[in-house]
Amino acid sequence: MNEVMPVSAGKTLEQHYLEARCRLLDLAAIFDRIDRGHKTGSEEEDPRLVRLREGLKVLQESKAGRAEQMQRLFSLPYDPEWEKPKPRY
Amino acid sequence: MEYIDPHIHMISRVTDDYHRMAQCGCVAITEPAFWAGFDRGSAEGFRDYFHHLVDVEPRRAAQFGIRHFSWLCINAKEAENVSLSREVIALIPEYLERPNVLGIGEIGLNKNTGNEAVIFQEHLDLAAKTDELILIHTPHLEDKLKGTRMIIDMLKGDSRVKPSRVCIDHVEEHTVRLALEGGFWCGMTLYPVSKCTPARAVDIIEMAGTERIMVNSAGDWGKSDPLAVPEFILEMRRRGHPESAIRKIVYENPLQFFRQSRRWAEPFSLLNRQEG
Repeated sequence: MNEVMPVSAGKTLEQHYLEARCRLLDLAAIFDRIDRGHKTGSEEEDPRLVRLREGLKVLQESKAGRAEQMQRLFSLPYDPEWEKPKPRY
Repeated sequence: MEYIDPHIHMISRVTDDYHRMAQCGCVAITEPAFWAGFDRGSAEGFRDYFHHLVDVEPRRAAQFGIRHFSWLCINAKEAENVSLSREVIALIPEYLERPNVLGIGEIGLNKNTGNEAVIFQEHLDLAAKTDELILIHTPHLEDKLKGTRMIIDMLKGDSRVKPSRVCIDHVEEHTVRLALEGGFWCGMTLYPVSKCTPARAVDIIEMAGTERIMVNSAGDWGKSDPLAVPEFILEMRRRGHPESAIRKIVYENPLQFFRQSRRWAEPFSLLNRQEG
């Protein structure tokens, strides 16, 4: 059994409201900066920007595990059939 | 509160950091061999580095009542050079009986290449032959999930490896369960920015529990905080978590894992209490 229980939602909101607001503003400003910058035409298809926009959707989901989902979004694919070296017994 | 930092690169820190860590309750640290910020040109460069880890740092730490232990290997980044790696691995056995060496580490993957995997496996071969504990580096950022899975594939594919004698480090939200469900120990590495913060580490504890998990500061040559473990303690307290849970993560868990090494020595403060 986990003896470490999360604090209440209200207290967490109280503690992190200004911090979360600040981080959302930072994100908004970064997207504005990208929009304001000179474009060569391919930026919107840049996979990094596509992933950032997908990340915004993860934030809006109402179920738990957003941080893990965000990590997975920014992870390279894994092939279980990769060629493994053999142990030398 | 007394704590152990299970992963900190003191070679890249100043002596004042030892002083502040001791003031904050640090009683022991373990220092894995790592990348020095540049690729070394020869195996002899590693011999000097190993000398520093097994002779120099323990003396510097002891001035502040901190026990210093080390792990030896060629790190994953330089493991891309297979011939150099084999020369370095051949050097390691002569250092393994030094009193403060806990085992092989931090071995792992960096960019998840075939060469890195080959050298990882050859480190496992050495650890199996010499019955050493193993400390594992998992890649950062987008390589982490894939690399952690590849590492666990290799660990599970080697029947000599006992998961209870392996610590998988730098776990985050998407890899912590892979490590714990495999029966391994795991470490969360705390950074002020860019990777796992103390606050997120506490979130992970709330979700994954306190068994077989530790926290460390890395304290490397990049932007990092040698007092990250005390920051974690403060965040746990700020959320009202019990002192027993905090102590388990920052002291008892590392003790339990490290005591498996035949070269572990108890922190000076613990010995003093036993004698008193």
